[in-house]
Amino acid sequence: MKWHVLRPLWVAIALVGSIFVAREFLVPDDFGVHGDSFTYNFYRLSNVQEWKDFPVKYQGRESCLECHEENLQQINSSTHQTVECENCHGPSIDHPEPNEFLPLNKDRTLCLRCHAFLEYPNSDRGELMSIVDRTHKRRYECVKCHNPHDPKEYYE
Amino acid sequence: MTCSRRDFLKEAVGTTLASVLPISAFTFLTTEEARAAIADSKVRWAFLVDTTKCVGCGLCVKACKNENEIPYDAAVTRTWVERYVVTKDGETHIDSPMGGRDGYTSDLIRDEEIDPENIDKAFFVPKLCNQCDNPACVQVCPVGATYQTNDGIVLIDRDWCIGCGYCIMACPYGVRFFHPEHRVADKCNFCYHRISKGMQPACVDCCSFGARRLANLKDPDDPVTKIIVTERVAVLKDEYGTKPHVFYIGLDTNVR
Amino acid sequence: MSEELIVHGIEWTVKELFVYPNEYIYWSIQIVMYPYMTGLVAGAFVLSSLYHVFGQKELKEIAQFSLVFSLALLPVAALPLLLHLQQPARAMEPLLTPHFTSAIAAFGIVFTAYALIVLSEIWFVYREYFVAQVHELKSRSGFINAMTRLVYRVLTIGAYDVSDDALRIDKKAATILAAIGIPVACFLHGYAGFIFGSVKANALWMSPLMPVIFIMSAVVSGIALCMLTYIVIMEWQAFSRRRKSGAVEASKIKGAETEIINKATRYLLGFLIAAISLEMLDLIFRGYTAMKSWDILRSVMYGKDFINIFVLQYTLGNLVPLVLLLLPGRTMKRTVLALLLVLFGVFMMRWNVVIGGQAFSLSFSGYMHYEIPLMPHSAETFKEGVFGALTVIATPFVLFWIINKFVPSLRRDAEGS
Repeated sequence: MKWHVLRPLWVAIALVGSIFVAREFLVPDDFGVHGDSFTYNFYRLSNVQEWKDFPVKYQGRESCLECHEENLQQINSSTHQTVECENCHGPSIDHPEPNEFLPLNKDRTLCLRCHAFLEYPNSDRGELMSIVDRTHKRRYECVKCHNPHDPKEYYE
Repeated sequence: MTCSRRDFLKEAVGTTLASVLPISAFTFLTTEEARAAIADSKVRWAFLVDTTKCVGCGLCVKACKNENEIPYDAAVTRTWVERYVVTKDGETHIDSPMGGRDGYTSDLIRDEEIDPENIDKAFFVPKLCNQCDNPACVQVCPVGATYQTNDGIVLIDRDWCIGCGYCIMACPYGVRFFHPEHRVADKCNFCYHRISKGMQPACVDCCSFGARRLANLKDPDDPVTKIIVTERVAVLKDEYGTKPHVFYIGLDTNVR
Repeated sequence: MSEELIVHGIEWTVKELFVYPNEYIYWSIQIVMYPYMTGLVAGAFVLSSLYHVFGQKELKEIAQFSLVFSLALLPVAALPLLLHLQQPARAMEPLLTPHFTSAIAAFGIVFTAYALIVLSEIWFVYREYFVAQVHELKSRSGFINAMTRLVYRVLTIGAYDVSDDALRIDKKAATILAAIGIPVACFLHGYAGFIFGSVKANALWMSPLMPVIFIMSAVVSGIALCMLTYIVIMEWQAFSRRRKSGAVEASKIKGAETEIINKATRYLLGFLIAAISLEMLDLIFRGYTAMKSWDILRSVMYGKDFINIFVLQYTLGNLVPLVLLLLPGRTMKRTVLALLLVLFGVFMMRWNVVIGGQAFSLSFSGYMHYEIPLMPHSAETFKEGVFGALTVIATPFVLFWIINKFVPSLRRDAEGS
C-alpha cells in the first residue's frame, strides 16, 4: 500500500479542522438552538435583549398629561379625542430634552390624510367630515380656521 | 524521513481535531441563561386588523418609520396600507404609494381618475409581518440570523445577517426588505422593544380608529384574543402553510 | 456601515401596476451568473469523469483539459455571491453557523467538498508531472526557476515516489475521486436548483422539477464550454504552429480532434434533449393545472418575456443548436456556432428563471421590469450590473491561464496520464 495516496486526505482534514477551530473564535458562545426546533430557533441569544433595548420614540398620551393637562382636557372632550398627540406633533422621545418644543406641523396634507373626501363605501373613511381639497380654501392652512384640539371650534 | 513526517502530521491533525470537536459541541448545548429562552412562554403575540375601520390616513406607516428608524424617504417600510377600489367593470384598482406613508388624499390611482359612480366597493388594508408559526423566512436563512423567539416574534440579528436576501425572497407576504443604512434584512417585529415593556406597538397606539390591535393568544382574558377566537376572522395567503398570526376582519376576495 | 441611503434594487427595478412596497428585483444579474458558473463547473467535471470513470478513451485529451478548467471555474462560482451579498465580509458565516434547513447553507459544505475532490483528483493526475518538474528545475538557475520549483515542491505535498506501483495507485485514486465527484457535482448544481425550487412564495420557481432541470442544463453548459474552449485553444495552437513551419509540415499539424468532438457532441445532445423535455413538461403542467398564479405567469411568459423565453432560449438556445448538431455533414465551424448558441441558451434559461421569477409581483397584480445597470456609477451598479457580470465571465479564463502554467492540461505530446 502506497501511503502517499492519503496525503490529500490529510490536507482536507486540516482544512476542515481549521474551520472548526475558526468557529471557536468567530462564533459567539451563545449561538445555538434556543427553543424547540433547529429550524426556527437557531440564533445568537443575546440578540433578543439587544432588540428589547432598542430606544422607544413615541411615549404616548399619558406622558403628555404631566405638563399639558389643559390641552389634553380640551382634546379629550372633542371629536379628535381618539387622535394621539404624537400623530401631529411627532414622537416626543425624551421631550423636553433636547427639544423644548416639538414640531408643529401646520401643513394641509396632515389634515387631508383623514379629511380629504374619498367616497369609499366599505371603509369608515366615508363617515368622516371631509372636504374636497381643491375647492376648500386652497390658499390657507387648515389650522387658520380650525382648532385641531377642538375641531368644532372655528375661528373667523 | 517521509515516514516520521507523515506520522507527525497525522498526530498533529488528530490531536487538533480531538480537542476541537468536544468544544464545538458545546455551542449547540444550552447554558443556564438559555434555559429561560426555551422555557414555555405565557405569551404568543398576534395582531388583529379591522379593515372596516381603516380610513387610509397612513399615520401608522409614518409612526412606524419614526419609531423603528426606517429612513423616512426610503421606499421601504415595515408596515403599509393598501387601497382597493373595485369598479363595476370588474377591475380591481390597487395602490400603495410609498406604502401609504403620506395617507391617501387623492382619488387618483396611478394618475387614473375613477368615477365614484363606478365604484362597487372600496376599502383599505393595512399589512405587516405576520409573525408566522411556520415562518418560511426563518427556514431559509443560511446562517441563523433570523429566528423566532419563544413568544412568537420573528427577529433579525443585524450583526449576523450576511445580506443574501433569501429570506426576502421566501416571504410570501413581501414584508421583508434590505435596510437602506444597515444593509441587512429588516422587517416588522411588532415593536418588540415596546411590547416587551408592556407598551403597544407604535402603529397600534397611533391608530385613531382602532383598526390595529395587538393580542396575546395565550391570555384567554385578552379582549382582542376573545375577538380572534370567537368571531369570524381571516388570514392572508394561508395556502402557503406559514400559519400567519395577523388576523383580519373584513377581508375581501380581491385582497392580494 | 455607510451612511449612504440605498434602497437595494430600486435603481434597476421599474414597477408596473400593483407591486408590494418592499418588492424589488433583489436577485439580479449576479444571481443569474451564480448558477451559470456552478453549472459550468459541474458540467466540466462530468465531462472529465466520462473519461476517468467510464473509460471513454477518445475523450482523454478534452477530459484533461476540462478537469483543470473545472478548477479554474470553481472560485469563480463563488465570486457572484461575494459580489451580491450586502455584507460580503460575513461570507464565511455559512461555514461557521450553517443553518442546514436552508439550501444556501449546503453551499458551504458542498462547495468545500467539491473543491477538495477536484483538487485531489488533479493532484493524483499531475503528481508525476510535479515530481518531474521538481527534478528538472533543480538543474536550472535563476530566481524565477527557484520560485517555480518551490511551487512544484509544495504541490507534491512531499510525495516523491513515482514508481510504477505508485503511479498505478494514483490512477486508481483519480478514478475513485472522479466517480465520487459525479454525484457531488450533481449535488452542487442540484442544490442550486433546489434554492429556487423550494421557494414556495415564488410561483415560477416552486417546482420539484427545478433541481433536475438545473442539473441537466448545467451539464449541457459545462460540456459545451469545455468543447468550445478546447476547440478554440487547439485550433489556435495549430494555427500558430502552422505559421511557423513550412507548407508540408503544416498539412500534418492537426487542430481539434474530430473524434473527440463527435463523441462529446453525442453526450451534449443527450443532456440537451433531457433538459428541453423537462422544461416542456414544467410548462405544460403549469398551463394544464392553471393554479392561482397561472394568469400572471401566462401574461409574463407569453407577453413581456415571450422573446426571452421562446425566441432566445427555446429557439436560438435549444432548437437551433439541436438541429445544427444533428444535421449530417457537421463541420467544426457549425459545431462552434451550435456550442455558442447552447451556452447562450443555458444563460437565458438562468436569466428567465431568476429574473423571470421576479418579473411579476407577489400580489399577482403587477410587474417588475429589470433594467440592468450599464455604466456603473457606484459600487452597487458595478457589482450588480453588466460590468460585474463581465468580470465574472472573464475571471475563469484568467485563472485558467495562471493554473495552466503549473498544471498544463493541453499537452498533446506530453508524458504522464
